[in-house]
Amino acid sequence: MKFDAKTPEGPIASKWTSYKDHINLVNPANKRLIDVIVVGTGLAGGSASATLAELGYNVKAFCYQDSPRRAHSIAAQGGINAAKNYQGDGDSTYRLFYDTVKGGDYRSREANVYRLAEVSANIIDQCVAQGVPFARDYGGLLDNRSFGGVLVSRTFYAKGQTGQQLLLGAYSAMNRQIARGKIAMYNRHEMLDLVVVDGKARGIIARNLVTGEIERHSAHAVVIASGGYGNVYFLSTNAMGSNVTAAWKIHKKGAYFANPCFTQIHPTCIPRSGEYQSKLTLMSESLRNDGRIWVPKNMEDVHAIREGRKKPTDLSEEERDYYLERRYPAFGNLVPRDVASRAAKERCDAGYGVNKTGEAVYLDFKSAIERYGKEQARIHNIENPSHEKIVALGEEVVRAKYGNLFQMYEKIVDEDPYKTPMMIYPATHYTMGGIWVDYDLMTTIPGCYAIGEANFSDHGANRLGASALMQGLADGYFVLPYTIGNYLADDIRTGRISTDLPEFEEAEKQVREKLEFFVNNTGSHSVDHYHKQLGKVMWDKVGMSRNEKGLQEAIDEIKAIREDFWKNVKVPGNMSEMNPELEKAMRVADFLELGELFARDALHRNESCGGHFREEYQTEDGEALRDDKNFAYVAAWEYQGEPSKAVLHKEQLEFKDIELKTRSYK
Amino acid sequence: MDLTLKVWRQAGANDKGALVEYKVTEISDHMSFLEMMDTLNEQLIEQGEEPVAFDHDCREGICGMCSLHINGEPHGPDAGTTTCQLHMRKFKDGDTIYIEPFRARAFPVIKDLVVDRSAFDRIQHAGGYISVNTSGNTQDANAIPVPKVDADKAFDAATCIGCGACVAACKNASAMLFVSAKISQFALLPQGKVEAAERAQNMVSQMDKEGFGNCTNTGACEAECPKGISLENIARMNREYLSASLGSE
Repeated sequence: MKFDAKTPEGPIASKWTSYKDHINLVNPANKRLIDVIVVGTGLAGGSASATLAELGYNVKAFCYQDSPRRAHSIAAQGGINAAKNYQGDGDSTYRLFYDTVKGGDYRSREANVYRLAEVSANIIDQCVAQGVPFARDYGGLLDNRSFGGVLVSRTFYAKGQTGQQLLLGAYSAMNRQIARGKIAMYNRHEMLDLVVVDGKARGIIARNLVTGEIERHSAHAVVIASGGYGNVYFLSTNAMGSNVTAAWKIHKKGAYFANPCFTQIHPTCIPRSGEYQSKLTLMSESLRNDGRIWVPKNMEDVHAIREGRKKPTDLSEEERDYYLERRYPAFGNLVPRDVASRAAKERCDAGYGVNKTGEAVYLDFKSAIERYGKEQARIHNIENPSHEKIVALGEEVVRAKYGNLFQMYEKIVDEDPYKTPMMIYPATHYTMGGIWVDYDLMTTIPGCYAIGEANFSDHGANRLGASALMQGLADGYFVLPYTIGNYLADDIRTGRISTDLPEFEEAEKQVREKLEFFVNNTGSHSVDHYHKQLGKVMWDKVGMSRNEKGLQEAIDEIKAIREDFWKNVKVPGNMSEMNPELEKAMRVADFLELGELFARDALHRNESCGGHFREEYQTEDGEALRDDKNFAYVAAWEYQGEPSKAVLHKEQLEFKDIELKTRSYK
Repeated sequence: MDLTLKVWRQAGANDKGALVEYKVTEISDHMSFLEMMDTLNEQLIEQGEEPVAFDHDCREGICGMCSLHINGEPHGPDAGTTTCQLHMRKFKDGDTIYIEPFRARAFPVIKDLVVDRSAFDRIQHAGGYISVNTSGNTQDANAIPVPKVDADKAFDAATCIGCGACVAACKNASAMLFVSAKISQFALLPQGKVEAAERAQNMVSQMDKEGFGNCTNTGACEAECPKGISLENIARMNREYLSASLGSE
């Protein structure tokens, strides 16, 4: 099989322009003859659907939710990066490119990342034109804030609900095209297989989740925009329905799966409270701009806090260990996510965790509240303000910036974070691994594309804050619409593709058999029973830190769970109706395969890098130890009947414009 | 805590539904309402019964997928809270809880507690957008200054999650709060003003076609809205609609 990144020649700054100058175009009259299927309607899928429809293609868009507006992109809180340099603090396309490659621990493809940085500024223009209500300053211009891992203010935001506003922007662009009849929207539909005809992606098999009906849909190209696979851990910050099914199905049909072990652990989640918990909730990383992270210095204070004899506010500055500021003086609380997460785990593993489970550190806003309060008092000419007045004024500022996050925390934990520090702990958040794609965003299956979180290309081994929204929209609005034309230019004479072809029949048969198996199996355990087992193995042995022994065990254990699942799973109801348990069963079946490949990928990568921390590979002071000589490549896995037989292909990464060097935030 | 649940069960859109009683035990204060429902469903699966179908997804209070009429209120007793963010500490040991789907003619039941809210999408198709293409060749974002007050108001309107609680709370099953939020967001921004009149007319007309009732200024929608969308938006929508009607040829 061909395995070529197809990176254009020439200097990095002109690759994209020169690519666009030389690709094939499809004339508007011919675009009407071409159908494109888009699976998923989040930031990537929604923006792609809208733009492809606007260009003139016939788009069929699919989502498992009842409306595209519910895609999980909506839950992203913090913001979106763009190299606008509105703040005049030295930002540029190159700097955004540099920060992203370095932040990703040099495991992303330079050309893709440069293009992302290049189009980032257009995204903001586009969204503002669509009526996305970004935060503004008093002069009426756009406001910015800074995020972990960078030294400039390049993040655009809409309070703590940036993802929501950007998604609603993409959704509104879709609505315009749906109204014009250019997008046929299939809500409450799930793609269950890819149909490949003569080596090309030509359609999908989908299930109508309301009626249970199995449907065949043909197209000249298929775009997978189905998001990430973090729910392999059962507990993650992903929406409950987020799944790997679409990506896994194309993997089984020939698309390579790249770097599955690069999964981001986000440092600022609300800690788990018990075994029944169904998912984890993230607190935006933007909180680290104003919050200081600490645990008690003395073990006696840890015990006193856990037993309720002391409150965190009883501890003086001297009794607190602001461990990020201590270890990383240059970046302090704003170190990248992987560094912040590991540092929290290190302190908790050493016994300094501050809640009952020992898995929590404090995120404290006291000094920010006082700082802002004093500033406000000066602005409003209040002489000799009392401490109470300062705190009240400061709380107002913090409320304006993060109010909804504080409110959410209070609801979940039942404590007022204005008065007492928040408790946070790392959790699985975003997957940097995904379907391997070339510069065109095409997978190893011709005519099958993967965009947004579903692909692997832009974030490397770690994702910097506010870069996921940027990639989703860049791929959907500005990259795919060009690159897909280059492929479709050869399809103008193909005509409508029949769904009566034997390939459709065969794919439908396989899907039907699987569904029938589940509803007919006389098992004894629920789907969640298995999903939770898988999640526990993944978190314990393939989680924030991994070692060879644990990974070997995980591979065996996942296989055993999978075997038991296929024997003993119980799915009530039938397949010709709405059946949420059946939907889950199909998804968990895929997670049980992905989990094994994930562990194998982590096992073979004998280095530590970004979200992948192998205990055997660390420096004397516990920092990740990368091995560029042997591992500066993308691990792209080819399916061969089962995960244990997957074949590893390597795409060697070249760093011509950024020198490969040790990442240091000290 | 131990609870008695009275849950609406309905096999399909054309089947007759009824309240069915279930008991759940050992419910923790820290559980969310939906985690309590998960517990019930695990119990039902163990007993070989069909679990209760209900809509949910992000469980962070932002996607708008969760619904449920809990003890007669959309999203339950906690103000400004979606069902997924409602915690069991708001209930007491021994409580009986009534759990029903959102009720409105325009939201037909699909199964159990799941209703079809696609009418909301169709209203958005009728005008919930600014007619700008997605080419990326738009002018620089800072070329359109927006007064902070307007930007903040537009944002407040834009935070509507489209859950439908406003419809479920309204005695007329009116969708005015939902529709007015989108109309307001765009009417407040210079980019959206250009086609504000047409948008108001088209969206209102689609809302009527979908079978939502009229607004009689009761304010239940605002009171039950988990995102605190303000009634001011309805006033603004009425102004927009009126001036559009007067101005039209």
